[in-house]
Amino acid sequence: MTTPAIPEGVKRCSTGKFALGLAVAGAVLLWGVYAMFLVWYKGLNQTGMDNAYGFALWIWADLAIIAFGGGAFFSGFLTYIIGRKELKSIINYAVIIGVICYSSALLILGLDVGQPLRGWFIFWHANVHSMLTEVAFCLSLYLGVLVIEFIPVVLENPKLDRFRFIHHFSHNMHEVMAVFAATGVFLSFFHQGSLGGVAGVLYGRPFSFREGLLIWPWTFFLFTWSAAAVGPCVTVLITWLTEKIAGKKLVKQEIFRMLGKISGWMLLTYMIAKIADTWYWAAVTAPSKGFALMDFYTNNPIYGIWILIAELVVCGLVPALILISRKGRENNFLLAGAMILAVIGIGINRWVMILQVMAAPLLPFQDWYMYMPTWQEIATTILPIAYGTILIMLAYRYLPIFPQEKELNPGS
Amino acid sequence: MFPFIFEWEWDIAHLVFMGAAGFAVSIIGAGITYCILKTIYDTATEDGGEKGHH
Repeated sequence: MTTPAIPEGVKRCSTGKFALGLAVAGAVLLWGVYAMFLVWYKGLNQTGMDNAYGFALWIWADLAIIAFGGGAFFSGFLTYIIGRKELKSIINYAVIIGVICYSSALLILGLDVGQPLRGWFIFWHANVHSMLTEVAFCLSLYLGVLVIEFIPVVLENPKLDRFRFIHHFSHNMHEVMAVFAATGVFLSFFHQGSLGGVAGVLYGRPFSFREGLLIWPWTFFLFTWSAAAVGPCVTVLITWLTEKIAGKKLVKQEIFRMLGKISGWMLLTYMIAKIADTWYWAAVTAPSKGFALMDFYTNNPIYGIWILIAELVVCGLVPALILISRKGRENNFLLAGAMILAVIGIGINRWVMILQVMAAPLLPFQDWYMYMPTWQEIATTILPIAYGTILIMLAYRYLPIFPQEKELNPGS
Repeated sequence: MFPFIFEWEWDIAHLVFMGAAGFAVSIIGAGITYCILKTIYDTATEDGGEKGHH
């Protein structure tokens, strides 16, 4: 008798339907791969970047995707270090989402460096004073940790688990997972922070420059905190989406609410710190460099004061207040809406800290300098979504990701 | 990255940065090594892995 590839006790869609889904996602993936090939073959002239925009859409996507993947390290921290064992029902999925986010981030970086063949230079000839060197080391190592956390999930596929060595290996990896999770938290703290630190140390660009603590600008801590706040929201939203597509309950509603509450308090404390940071920057730091607050929000076609209000209030304080209130969390519409707003808010934060920084004039005789991405940049930024969709489809079909699935769907 | 690379300097920045990176790599390496050795032992003796299985 052959061992079924699909986990025991759960039902999955027909092979034809699954293949059709793979084909649709695969077509988008191929579009992205074609654009990727053009960038690697013809060079960065395929992009809208120039001397003013060394950082552009890709780096925004990188920073956003790394923040969104923060659910893996923060859920791991809560599960294995703090001891919230109930999160084991969602930790596998958080890890898979983390693997997708971090591998995508490294893929995008592989495009952005322009010379991927020299990518190893940053490790071999490391400039230890650079925030980006810290990011490169921590990001690469953390992807390794995420893959290690993902391996036992893959090995639990019924076809693999029947081998004794694999069965024992998977079990032993689970036994020491707390060690890997703790290493992941350590690495995440530094790379999430250093990504914020990159913007904060740009003393020649008063829109992003911040004071700080010792060598770390305040943006270092704000980026780490915001990633921990929004990461669980992304995990919950993708789990919800998976439930809607699969037509099943996969995780108990209490888990979503618990993560919503944790995210809410993280987001609220982050917003208090962020508003204090913005006020100090607007009142002290920027004026000391010769800029008034409104210099950064006028005389250009896009960046009005609306973007600051959207980031801090509409997509910051509002979702935080909804998520910390019991009534807000118990209403599914409000819970999902608040999480979506929070994700958009952090996306806006990463956008302004990359793109608006590049657009704002530095000298009195300069104008705003706008940027438009090419289709190649857009296609390669959408590529990770298609790749992530395919990986999630395969993982959901063949791996026992959700331990509560059988219990929540007794008839299926 | 290593002391034999020409840019290397014996200063605090290199020691802290590379020390932390080396520490993380060592933890990951030790964890994986432990898992492999324990798995070989468990498979050979078939007495491990079943108690309190995940």
